[in-house]
Amino acid sequence: MSFAQKHAWTLGLFALLLVLLGITKLIQPTFGLTGLESLARAALPFAFATAAMAVVVIVGGIDLSVASIMAVCAVTAAVLMQSMGAVPAVAITLLIGLGMGMTNGALIVLTRVPDIVVTLAMLFVWEGTALLILNAPGGTVHDWLEDSIAGTLLFWLPKALIIMAIAVALVWIPLKRSKLGLSIYAVGSDELAAFRSGVPVGWTKIAAYGVCGLFCAMGGLSLIMLTGIGEPVPGPYLLASVAAVVLGGVVLGGGIGGLLGPIIAVFILRIIRTILTLAAVDPNVTTIVEGTIMVAVVMFGAFLVMRRSKA
Amino acid sequence: MSVSDQLHPSGEETVPALVRAGRFLADNPVIPLIFLLCCLVGVLEIMRPGIISPFWFSNTLKFAIPLAMLAACQMLTMLTAGIDLSAAVVATVSAFVVASVTPIYGPFAGVVIALGAAILVGLVNGFGVGVARVHPLIMTLGTGLIATGCLQVYQRFVINTGSEIPAFLEWLGTGRTAGLPNGLFLFVPFAAIILLGLRYTGFGRLLYAIGSNEHATKLSGVRSWQVFMALYALVGLIAGITGLLYVGMIRAPSLSLANPLLLPSAAAAVIGGTSIFGGRGSYAGAIVGALILTVLGTLLTLLQMPQGARVVLFGLIILGVTALYVRLTDSR
Repeated sequence: MSFAQKHAWTLGLFALLLVLLGITKLIQPTFGLTGLESLARAALPFAFATAAMAVVVIVGGIDLSVASIMAVCAVTAAVLMQSMGAVPAVAITLLIGLGMGMTNGALIVLTRVPDIVVTLAMLFVWEGTALLILNAPGGTVHDWLEDSIAGTLLFWLPKALIIMAIAVALVWIPLKRSKLGLSIYAVGSDELAAFRSGVPVGWTKIAAYGVCGLFCAMGGLSLIMLTGIGEPVPGPYLLASVAAVVLGGVVLGGGIGGLLGPIIAVFILRIIRTILTLAAVDPNVTTIVEGTIMVAVVMFGAFLVMRRSKA
Repeated sequence: MSVSDQLHPSGEETVPALVRAGRFLADNPVIPLIFLLCCLVGVLEIMRPGIISPFWFSNTLKFAIPLAMLAACQMLTMLTAGIDLSAAVVATVSAFVVASVTPIYGPFAGVVIALGAAILVGLVNGFGVGVARVHPLIMTLGTGLIATGCLQVYQRFVINTGSEIPAFLEWLGTGRTAGLPNGLFLFVPFAAIILLGLRYTGFGRLLYAIGSNEHATKLSGVRSWQVFMALYALVGLIAGITGLLYVGMIRAPSLSLANPLLLPSAAAAVIGGTSIFGGRGSYAGAIVGALILTVLGTLLTLLQMPQGARVVLFGLIILGVTALYVRLTDSR
């Protein structure tokens, strides 16, 4: 299988993204670096939520609590930064996110309750935890953290995009090349076969949920970098991340897909929103368009798979 | 008695008592749930002596009814290994439509248009799941998003007409007869239809069959896409009716009226012993699940705790009940 065939879906998404960027430029000739920069910044929490969701979907699960974990991490970091420097606060937040994700995974493995039910219950638990930490929006964020995602670097690349790429790559590339990454794909493809091949299924799942929590923590941090304040109420990241993961070519049920496709999908969904806003379309119609695109793309994907299996 | 027991009749005395109890509970999932419900009511009475009164009882029923009806949507779709994430949005759409159409065309047209919209969303879901083979989670998520958007656009057109809730819906939602909420007039026949329909009609059995093994069901000559179309249209209708009842109860249509009920409705179905992998579940369990969640809500409100702690407890209890249930019945 050639490179193009193997990554057909991702390449198609990338082409779609370029086309959409072109359309944006056509509609709004002044759309340039600043537009791109604000697009990348707005997409940041969505991208991390999607990366988090993608990892657990690849292992064959689903995590309904991503938005709540992000809220907990956001308020934790905002509160910690009141009393300490940014670096230890960020480190602690990342660890807490990892811990929350692993808790989800451990509960799924130990109770043997389906993923979707456990994370549904944990959605409430983490949401409540966020409210316990901070009852109303508050906390502080160090200025340089806010500055770190604003503006551009290297002539035209938005800083937010670079930070996102580095953060995701630092976690995902070593992971995917490691034994654990292989195990994650194996468990997602066929749990029983993986178990019989000697893969520690339980630990793999816990680790995958841990990585999910880690990405959620990054998402929470990016949230407070964007707004400068810790908000204890979960944002609209759950549905958006599921949509982007599916659009990005990760198959619900596990074992297929990567992180690049879903993250491109995030930008596609965001840029469609931008285009519709620039075209002065009623913002409410945007929701309809997003839902339709999501359903249509999945149907198209299923159609492609069907044709391939017949051919 | 399961099939394997009939094929291999082993002496009952060789089976450990705990396993036997587990099997009994697996066959009758409602019994431990009712026990749990009674425990919760007991705790409530101990915490606040005198709270248990006919009025409290009728109030609890009143708030459990819409939840139990939405839980029916989740339970029916879960029987075929699906889920309906659009149910709450559909209920909201139907509630909003009936309130905005009534002042112009009268209550009858309002109800017909509202339920028509609800069934339409259901049919789209059924097409996606049954014909296009999209994962139910994605399909209903997508239609939910689309319906929300349509509702927001629609709202801008009717913003000047004002809203009016038909009198009979208010009667159904808020009135009481002989101390019991009038919603029961709707709910009792509804529950009877679902309970008996699942047990005695071919359609009901087909849902279990498809959930247990869709491939085998297809090979037996069932056109599964027709079942999915019918199922999701029915679920849309149920969600629409729930919306009508709920708007009569709340008496203030809004764009997110029934949305907070979505996750609790799925939780009620799961607590009630419905397997999200399909093929197993009963509506009786879902009803008790909805009652448990409602009583739990009251209990947590009475505890003088910060809101965050209440939400945490709510989640932990859902998790605990399901985990215990899975352990007891040794199934997923």
